[in-house]
Amino acid sequence: MAEVYLPSTLPPLFPGLPRRLELDASTVDDVVAQLDASWPGLRDRLCEPGPAIRPHIHFYVDKERAALDTPLEARSRVDVIAAISGG
Amino acid sequence: MVRTVVLVGTRKGCFLLESDEARREWELRGPFCEGWPVYHAVHDAGTGSIYAAAASEWHGSAVWRSPDLGQTWEHSSEGLAYESEGEKKMSKVSNLAVKNGRLLAGVEMPGIFESKDGGQSFSLLTTLAGQPGSEGWDDPANQPPGHLGISAIMFDPEQDERFWAIVQGVGLFETQDDAKSWTPRNKGLRADWPREHEDVGFCVHKLTRSSVDGDRMYQQNHVGMHRSDDCGHTWTEITEGLPTEFGFAAATHPHDRETFYVIPLDPGHGRTMPDGHASVWRTRDAGESWQRLDKGLPTEDAWVGVLREGMAIDTHEAPGLYFGTSTGQVFASADEGDSWSEIASYLPAISSVEVAIVD
Repeated sequence: MAEVYLPSTLPPLFPGLPRRLELDASTVDDVVAQLDASWPGLRDRLCEPGPAIRPHIHFYVDKERAALDTPLEARSRVDVIAAISGG
Repeated sequence: MVRTVVLVGTRKGCFLLESDEARREWELRGPFCEGWPVYHAVHDAGTGSIYAAAASEWHGSAVWRSPDLGQTWEHSSEGLAYESEGEKKMSKVSNLAVKNGRLLAGVEMPGIFESKDGGQSFSLLTTLAGQPGSEGWDDPANQPPGHLGISAIMFDPEQDERFWAIVQGVGLFETQDDAKSWTPRNKGLRADWPREHEDVGFCVHKLTRSSVDGDRMYQQNHVGMHRSDDCGHTWTEITEGLPTEFGFAAATHPHDRETFYVIPLDPGHGRTMPDGHASVWRTRDAGESWQRLDKGLPTEDAWVGVLREGMAIDTHEAPGLYFGTSTGQVFASADEGDSWSEIASYLPAISSVEVAIVD
């Protein structure tokens, strides 16, 4: 099971969504798909059509910058970061 | 009890200001929409719902909706994207129009999406493909920094398939068959720059239409105020008497076809009120003459701007006017602009102001 950590900006948009959860996922895209299945519309908050990760959203797998097709290990840690922007 | 509700879209969420018919005391609620930048918030008189066009730098664009005047909110962007149009991307929902439950969203790059289920899902209605100028606005190289989009949509209250759309920096277009075909409506407008097409190439900032005479329209243009007496088929400039030819916000009197309001701004980089003197200007003779309205407004050192959706007028017997500034103040008048008071002082930068009368 991968440990997934989400940015604080996401839970207010999706009732019941925790900041941290465990998912049995094989890739980053699989994480997104499983999140979207439980909280419809969540994919659109992290990805653009294409699909591609939104420019100001970063995924890290085990502390390495990741893409949607990045594979996950059994105990990978996935951090979803809202990049520094705005003001 | 009749409620007067002012919807304020800001850089950090949507706010609601509420009063009664007298409009003397105001209560502020918000911020809503999780502090997302809100570009335009509107009220659907048919269903009572509020919709807010928003774009988060992190989480993209969406339309927020509240069925209960701000008590609860949800958001959706389902279908609100160019899925199969090559490099054409939607960067922002910039403008909303709503009529009897049908919601239209004008977006950048230029296109109009519609929702028939109360903002839960959207589908692409039109990109105005093939219209003169579309080869330019559909060029990804123009996005950004051009940020060309559909900056306004205006329904016809009588004919469901008729509405107008402004393509930013290009001009005004009308459809009478629900966006199947379009006609440019820019005859008589001024442009102080070279244009590639006869019918377009005009910078229409704001379009308003008289609710007592559908043939009477006004528009604030990049270069001048204009009036139409034939529903936009031809335009006549009515700038003379105003301090500048430039501005964004405008409003028509709900009961008098001759009365119209505008907020002129300096046309340079500042785009604030001329001489730091906050004023709304009113004509009562369709643009033959103009009157400065500043009683109660800051007349010195007020370097404030007002954007294209930044002014609204209500439909009370003595109409109330409202405008929101780039520095977060909302000013209101309950006497057709004769006198003003500040009803919110410390909001984030304001993008839009709309008003609804709710029973």
